[in-house]
Amino acid sequence: MRKIGVQEIEDIAVGAALLGTGGGGDPYIGKLMAIQAIEEYGEITLLDADEVPDDALVVPSSMMGAPTVMLEKAPSGEEALVAFRNLEAYLGEKIYATFPIEAGGVNSMLPFALAARLGLPVVDADGMGRAFPELQMVTFYLDGIPATPAILADEKGNTVLLSTIDNVWTERIARAATVQMGGSAMTAMYSMRGRNLKESGIQNILKLEEEIGRTIRLAKENNVNPVREVIKKVKGYQLFHGKVNDINRKTESGFAKGTATFEGMQENKGETLTLRFQNEHLLARTEQRLLCVTPDLIAVLDAETGLPITTEGIRYGARCIVIGIPCHPKWRTEKGIATVGPKYFGYHVDYVPVEKLVKEGVRS
Amino acid sequence: MGIYRVGIDVGGTHTDAVLLDENNTVIAETKSPTTEDVATGIYNAMHKIIKDANVPRDQIKYAMLGTTHCTNAIVERKRLNKIAVVRIGAPATLAVKPLIGVPKDLREALGKHVYLVRGGHEFDGREITALDTDYLYKIANEIKGKVDSIAITSVFSPVSQTHEHKASEIFTEVLGDQVSISLSSEIGSVGLLERENATILNASVVNVAKTAADGFIKALKSEGIEANVFFGQNDGTLMSVDYAVKYPIFTVACGPTNSLRGASYLSNLSDAIVVDVGGTTSDVGVLVQSFPRESSLAVEIGGARTNFRMPDLISIGLGGGTIVRIQEDGQFTIGPDSVGYRLPEKGLVFGGDTLTTTDVAVALGKVKLGDASKVAHLNKEILNKVYDRMVEMVEEAIDKMKTSPAPVPVILVGGGSILLPDVLKGASAVIRPEHSGVANAIGSAISQVSGQIEKIYVLDEIGREQALESAKSQAMSEAIKAGADPDSLVVVDIEDIPLAYLPGNATRIRVKAAGELARSNKEQLA
Repeated sequence: MRKIGVQEIEDIAVGAALLGTGGGGDPYIGKLMAIQAIEEYGEITLLDADEVPDDALVVPSSMMGAPTVMLEKAPSGEEALVAFRNLEAYLGEKIYATFPIEAGGVNSMLPFALAARLGLPVVDADGMGRAFPELQMVTFYLDGIPATPAILADEKGNTVLLSTIDNVWTERIARAATVQMGGSAMTAMYSMRGRNLKESGIQNILKLEEEIGRTIRLAKENNVNPVREVIKKVKGYQLFHGKVNDINRKTESGFAKGTATFEGMQENKGETLTLRFQNEHLLARTEQRLLCVTPDLIAVLDAETGLPITTEGIRYGARCIVIGIPCHPKWRTEKGIATVGPKYFGYHVDYVPVEKLVKEGVRS
Repeated sequence: MGIYRVGIDVGGTHTDAVLLDENNTVIAETKSPTTEDVATGIYNAMHKIIKDANVPRDQIKYAMLGTTHCTNAIVERKRLNKIAVVRIGAPATLAVKPLIGVPKDLREALGKHVYLVRGGHEFDGREITALDTDYLYKIANEIKGKVDSIAITSVFSPVSQTHEHKASEIFTEVLGDQVSISLSSEIGSVGLLERENATILNASVVNVAKTAADGFIKALKSEGIEANVFFGQNDGTLMSVDYAVKYPIFTVACGPTNSLRGASYLSNLSDAIVVDVGGTTSDVGVLVQSFPRESSLAVEIGGARTNFRMPDLISIGLGGGTIVRIQEDGQFTIGPDSVGYRLPEKGLVFGGDTLTTTDVAVALGKVKLGDASKVAHLNKEILNKVYDRMVEMVEEAIDKMKTSPAPVPVILVGGGSILLPDVLKGASAVIRPEHSGVANAIGSAISQVSGQIEKIYVLDEIGREQALESAKSQAMSEAIKAGADPDSLVVVDIEDIPLAYLPGNATRIRVKAAGELARSNKEQLA
């Protein structure tokens, strides 16, 4: 158990942008929500999953809808609270703690904003270890934990209680309600017991994000290379050093889809990297070989500062280092690959773990 | 009878001035040091240019000023207005209160009267909730006599301005015309906090802009000149004094924009990369159809994140006064510090004691300046390496700004541009126009007048054609309001960005129209 204050939030936000692998929504607005809540209500308690009783009720707090809307119509802070209160009333039980459903992007920050207001602890675990676009793309789904009963709440005071036959229906109905609520809403779904979170969640992910943020922040004053330090921290691999020379985006059924190509520099001179993204970066390859593919993480970092660059932020000429990070083993199961592997996103390649791809590359 | 115009641009080191005739031919040009109060430097430059040009004073009909008054006030947190911050959007947005992300000193200076009012809109134009007009009346009475400016920001005002307009009416009704009002929908685009910050900053420099304008007009009068006065704004066009006093935030960063526009005019190129080499830094920008390409990223002003239009620039620490340090083993560093405006006393070739980039260029015979014998003793081999690195720094910046690998023309302007060679990697041609040392002042003098609109349209409701037409006509009427001649108006930029995750095919459309100064202005004065 330890306390989370403003500096920790700043660091976690940088780590969340990195594990957001280009998507997940800019953590900026969520960061400001968390900072304001800490200024008003005090520091937040962060628990390790082990510190949560097995039968305690734990519920993640997250947003649903368009991050663009949230950047304009910021939450009131009440929505998440009302969602929790309503879920407690429905279940007839108090919620013990909250946690992020998605540690990458803006959803990493929202549980902190709520926890400060309610005086609840945050548990250091999530359901992705990164960012993904759809509601069933969580490790809890792999272990059969249902998303519902779920509450959707807007800032006007409207709430929806969802009780659905499966997660496809949850996604469908929740999406429609969100539009009526004004394009973004807060949710309380995937309620579970402490023991479920310990078994199915990805632990210590916030700690990792905080360390990533701190590493990048301190790299300059410690006179070390931020990218190299980050790679060490996340046990990842440098995939490519290059400069953006083409970027092609289109919005298709609510997804920012596209490709970016990088012209190799230094050790990669003469090579070209193609990066495919659908909100998140999902596949990286050169002409010769595949370098990394979902569910392994692909992050694009500024070659100088080590700061992560989002898909919207990729611009021609930017000098970047593309890194690959092995995903959590839970995603490497058959059901995991079926849920978030390359074929689900329409890429006709087989999933091969990044460490294997990197090793093969060295051999050839 | 001739018609002359004066263009003045205030830079960090120099205040430049030019006087042009009706064909935009340069009659006189001057550089004088920028002063701490900015105004004195402007008057000095103006006085000198008018004296040098020696044209009949009653024929000087226009005076265009690009100034740093407002930027300095924000950065120094000095001379700022007493303002009220009114956000319309509660119960939404309460989780991030106004000024939460800005530096503490700015928050303290500008956050004394902050109000959150019920109202605002959804992305599709529905009301979140009805506007709380009672509360607005209450606020108006409460701030009476306490503030001189109000910043109003309503949620999704780029989609619907009605709540901002209603609030503005209420404040004017209670407080009269003495309190100036800034509306976010007229200043920034979607992104509440960034737009709100820009609006707050705008409200905070209204008086600074008024003082600058009054001072400039008075100074002109004291020279015996009754000219029509315009201010340069950061998109490379002009605004009338009335407009500038209402939207002073748009004067921020007009300097680099002026130099881009001046470069375009002098070289007769509409699409190119411009490198403006000053005393301390070089700014690299991109001309698209004779206008600066705008930045798509959030821009910080005085530490506050904003999202209003700004030229997309890369600034590198390389100028004519940049200090070069060579160690005994031959290793060297270039900058980032500079002797700046003290180059004429500090540089080796001028008898000073500091090795600068200018000295390097002189020693290698690239430039004839000062006393070359003072640098003859330096190791040429090392200097060549330093010079290669200087060129490389510029080439890298050029490369970062290009949108494709194809070579493009590069225009060199600014006093320090003599340092650079005639061949640059990535450049199809390197152009050094005449009068390039005062390209910024020329850019200020030749500016057109523009209007811009940026709104979200739900295309499923009105269709793309109609949305574009509506945006175009609104942009044109904005330009006419700002003083443009309706007959010369052209749409110079259209951009539509589909918004991810939003149903109904919501699209953000941005249109800019620009034209010559309205004839009625000219006739009035002729």
